[in-house]
Amino acid sequence: MRRLLCVLLLMLVLCASTAMAQAIEPLPFKDHTEEVRFQHLTAELRCPMCQNETLADSNAPIARDLRNQIFQLMQHGQTDAQIKQYLVDRYSEFVLYDPPVQRNTWLLWFGPLLILLVGVGVVTATIRKRSRAVLPHVSTGEQTAADEGDDW
Amino acid sequence: MSRLLPFIAFLLLAGLLGFGIWWNTGHDQTAIPSPLINKPAPDFKLPLLYEPTQTASRASLLGKPYLLNVFASWCVECVVEHPVLQAEASTLGVTLVGYNYKDAPDDAKAWLAARGNPYAVLMADTSGQTAIDFGVYAAPESFLVDAHGVIRYKHIGPITMDVVNTELKPAIAALQQESR
Repeated sequence: MRRLLCVLLLMLVLCASTAMAQAIEPLPFKDHTEEVRFQHLTAELRCPMCQNETLADSNAPIARDLRNQIFQLMQHGQTDAQIKQYLVDRYSEFVLYDPPVQRNTWLLWFGPLLILLVGVGVVTATIRKRSRAVLPHVSTGEQTAADEGDDW
Repeated sequence: MSRLLPFIAFLLLAGLLGFGIWWNTGHDQTAIPSPLINKPAPDFKLPLLYEPTQTASRASLLGKPYLLNVFASWCVECVVEHPVLQAEASTLGVTLVGYNYKDAPDDAKAWLAARGNPYAVLMADTSGQTAIDFGVYAAPESFLVDAHGVIRYKHIGPITMDVVNTELKPAIAALQQESR
């Protein structure tokens, strides 16, 4: 039983690794640093075809072409910023997983903060209103009943 | 008033979510707006599919507006688009330039032999290198380039009769208006 499990597990691992090998074709990196840089860069860029995958993960033909192109640009000594700009010039800012802070992304960047501030405002107002309503008439039964009705 | 507040909050939220649904069904989410609109088309020089020794380039196509149509024999939706191009090529009023994208030349020729060839000029980009400069990420895609070599309009996905009438023809009419 145990042996069977081991064999099954081994098969699973082998299947997984062949799938990976098919997805990512090997590129002739000259050293490990370059490979790490490439992996890091392609993980920050979005595949234009399959929109929720990075260029690193995607198996779409265009993702493969763009990976090759990025590799070529790296060989030509281009910096990460230059390579990103190269892709933005052609595929728009859509390809960036980390969009720059600018006028049309303000809502994206600061929207959550705005919602948080509104929430803080509402909570503060509610707490103030309650403490003001409760404190002066703390002994009157009527007020407490009205207050309970208000509680949502 | 405070009793109404949750209801108002609910309405606001429902409105927001409803807007999201309306917004997402109203446009093609897979279409990425091209940053190349109203910019000069990238420089290119590609061999012709039927005469590989000859080339067409950005410079050779200058002077007259043209519709650059990216297609391939492996492309599923190009089959949907093709009859529309066949029917409308002569009525568009611009040169229809074919861009055979990452295709085996023999496959492309067989595909066109079976369906007809609507293209006045037909280039082949077997490597897909030029397509990256155009920001092409799938086929079919179409670019309307004016007489000065500036990209004026892009359509991603198959050109249907609806697209021809509501987008393409008005865009071409605007070009013709300018040149007058």
